Amino acid sequence: MSKKLFLSGNEATAWGAKLSRPHVIAAYPITPQTVVVEKLAEMVSTGSLNAEYLHVESEHSALSAMMGASAIGARTFTATSSQGLVYMAECLHYASGGRFPIVMMNANRSLALPWSIYGDQRDSLSLLDCGWMQVYAEDAQESLDLVIQAYRIAEDVRVLTPVMINLDGFVLTHTYELVMIPDQEDVDAFLPPYANPNIMDLDHPRNLGFSSTPRDNMEFKYQQHMAVLCAKDIIGDVDAAFGERFGRHYGGLVSNYRTDDADCVLITLGSVAGTVRAVVDEMRKDGKAVGLCRLRYVRPFPEAEVAALSATGRTLGVLEKDISFGYEGTVYTNVNSALLKAGHASPVLNFIGGLGGRSITREDIRSIFENLLDAERQRAIDSVRFVNLGVATHGR
Amino acid sequence: MIKPKIQQYRQPCTISEYPVGPSFQAGHLVTTNSNYRSSKPIIDITLCVGCLACYVACPDGAIVRDGKKVRMDYDFCKGCGICASECKVKAIAMKKETQGENE
Amino acid sequence: MGDEYSIKIRDLTDDEFFFGHKGCGGCGGSLAVRLALKVLGPRTFAVLPAGCMSAVGFIFPQMAFAVNAMISTFPGTASMLSGIAAGAKALGLKEYQVVGFAGDGGTADIGLQALSGAIDRNDPIMYICYDNEAYMNTGIQKSGLTPYGARTTTTPAGQTGAGSRTTKKNMFEIVAAHKIPYAATASVGHVPDLLRKINKAKSVQGTSYIHVLAPCPTGWEYEPSATLEIARNAVASGMWYLAEYENDGFSLNHDPGEFFPLRDYLSAQGRFKHVNSDAIKKIQWERDRQWNKIRRDWKR
Repeated sequence: MSKKLFLSGNEATAWGAKLSRPHVIAAYPITPQTVVVEKLAEMVSTGSLNAEYLHVESEHSALSAMMGASAIGARTFTATSSQGLVYMAECLHYASGGRFPIVMMNANRSLALPWSIYGDQRDSLSLLDCGWMQVYAEDAQESLDLVIQAYRIAEDVRVLTPVMINLDGFVLTHTYELVMIPDQEDVDAFLPPYANPNIMDLDHPRNLGFSSTPRDNMEFKYQQHMAVLCAKDIIGDVDAAFGERFGRHYGGLVSNYRTDDADCVLITLGSVAGTVRAVVDEMRKDGKAVGLCRLRYVRPFPEAEVAALSATGRTLGVLEKDISFGYEGTVYTNVNSALLKAGHASPVLNFIGGLGGRSITREDIRSIFENLLDAERQRAIDSVRFVNLGVATHGR
Repeated sequence: MIKPKIQQYRQPCTISEYPVGPSFQAGHLVTTNSNYRSSKPIIDITLCVGCLACYVACPDGAIVRDGKKVRMDYDFCKGCGICASECKVKAIAMKKETQGENE
Repeated sequence: MGDEYSIKIRDLTDDEFFFGHKGCGGCGGSLAVRLALKVLGPRTFAVLPAGCMSAVGFIFPQMAFAVNAMISTFPGTASMLSGIAAGAKALGLKEYQVVGFAGDGGTADIGLQALSGAIDRNDPIMYICYDNEAYMNTGIQKSGLTPYGARTTTTPAGQTGAGSRTTKKNMFEIVAAHKIPYAATASVGHVPDLLRKINKAKSVQGTSYIHVLAPCPTGWEYEPSATLEIARNAVASGMWYLAEYENDGFSLNHDPGEFFPLRDYLSAQGRFKHVNSDAIKKIQWERDRQWNKIRRDWKR
């Protein structure tokens, strides 16, 4: 009988990991991820989770250990955030190039300097090219469900690519909601055991992690790229299958809300989507045709789904918690490219908000929609705007 | 005996002929190492007492046990001369090779 | 000195688990790996970081390891080993060895953190450092284990420089300070001793560490045929010692008595060609200071 618990995003993630039956967990603490590894430690110590738990001495070692375990056939889980994520950056490329289907939770947190423990998405978005699939959870329920889905996607032999599950630091990791806990038997039926034919095996020894010369290296990279592209369809299939078994599905690569007839659509990711959805409903009552597209996956990039948002005269905006200094937000770069390739002609604006934990309020979002609705008229204005900046910038 | 072996290897023509990621069968060789050499160890087997000092000292495993004695695997000998240096009864001498001789 | 772990050379397996590699002729490191794997056997998971042995052993499609082997990140030998050991335990695998082969740089410098963590956790792994006293794979640059006075490309000697200005970090004692179950120093010039120590480490419950002096003809600048002789002279001159650490105590396996002349040990290697009398005096002073302590405090 599945039960409901009142859980934080971190705790829900820990439950998702527990239900997925990882063989090995590596744990190094960093705010605001700590509750995940603490909860898992508690589960291991009470015996409700049967896993080897490694108290590693750094995040680099955490992922390095997970690769070792994955390389001999163990299902692995770890979690980190910001400074830890970039400390293990070498290992991120290593794991994806090595085709290890590791699942890792990342608590999105602002990268130093200046130091900040608060949430933004600069950590994961600055690592979009490292080869990992990246998905962004909106709420605690999705966080739990995503861990289970992630293993099935990552371990698919057509994919064999690690997955990073992102939760907004504090606003999602530490806030509470009622979460349905799936039954272990249902998860066991949904998640086949990890069976990777490329691992080190005592009966059939293999050599892994080798070097390849210019003659072959590009082919390995092409293969890797194809695998992540292939994951697009598998993501949709897994989400649908999850929906059939557990009664919840999320729409695959993106989750659209009231976009079909919208005059403008705001594209965003993570927990802020909840606030956007509420504002959409308010503004719709006022007769404004606005909509929301929540990107769940940013890698693989939902190119077709974003292109499909294009419509004559429809303005689009991207709200994200990062900036690629000297240019624009990275999600915007990705979105804009897909839209332009689809021949989209109306304005697409970039809204940078929430850096270093700055709140994004309903008023901010309403103001963003007002900007978008007025955008055709304001064509001369900068496409990159900072939301709720505390200081005036050149009279804007 | 377990030992990496020279295998037939064809350069892949399609992506599916590549292994998935950097994972490959262990002990798969495609080239020998004889082209490292400029001199070659020659063993006078009548002097050899079968102490195995050369066998154990070869960094390349290019000396193979042969009954009570040893013989050289010239495909994988790099001509470093450690065997000649370690042989207590001076049964091994390093002989200069000219180009093409060691192929 | 023989005991129940000693292995007769003729009892060694004929199997070759590291063969066909592209190492330099006369490479001490490759001999250490070859011999260690003969003792450890086919049911071994080996991890090697960036360094000479991985660079020469895994160039697709030339795979020189006949056992399961994987290249780790440069800092991550010990952490990858820890992961393998944890995974093997979780999967219920039986009768296997987990061993890492890392160079001096990958052990004492960039790899030190992960090694310390693994020993701290007492993960059931064997860690073997093949010490050629510099970053040889990248072209002979100074590492934390480059000895005082040695020329490397980053500690030039001659007109302006005098080689390395620092002494070797004492990895053996650093590892012992963690109270590791078993640690040992060894050399490729002392094969029965090396085989015995690998065999002994095999039976350790927990982490073991073996530090093997592995002369490098390319970096130390001597004729490749002299590798084992140079290693023997390192021990004979007191520049390296053969010892073990277990049960909270150090024991010396071999006391050379009167030392082989330091000048002769150094002059046989081009990397010390420039070393003058003052430097030799300093090296000798350090050696004697260390040996006074060893002879006074360590078991025999």
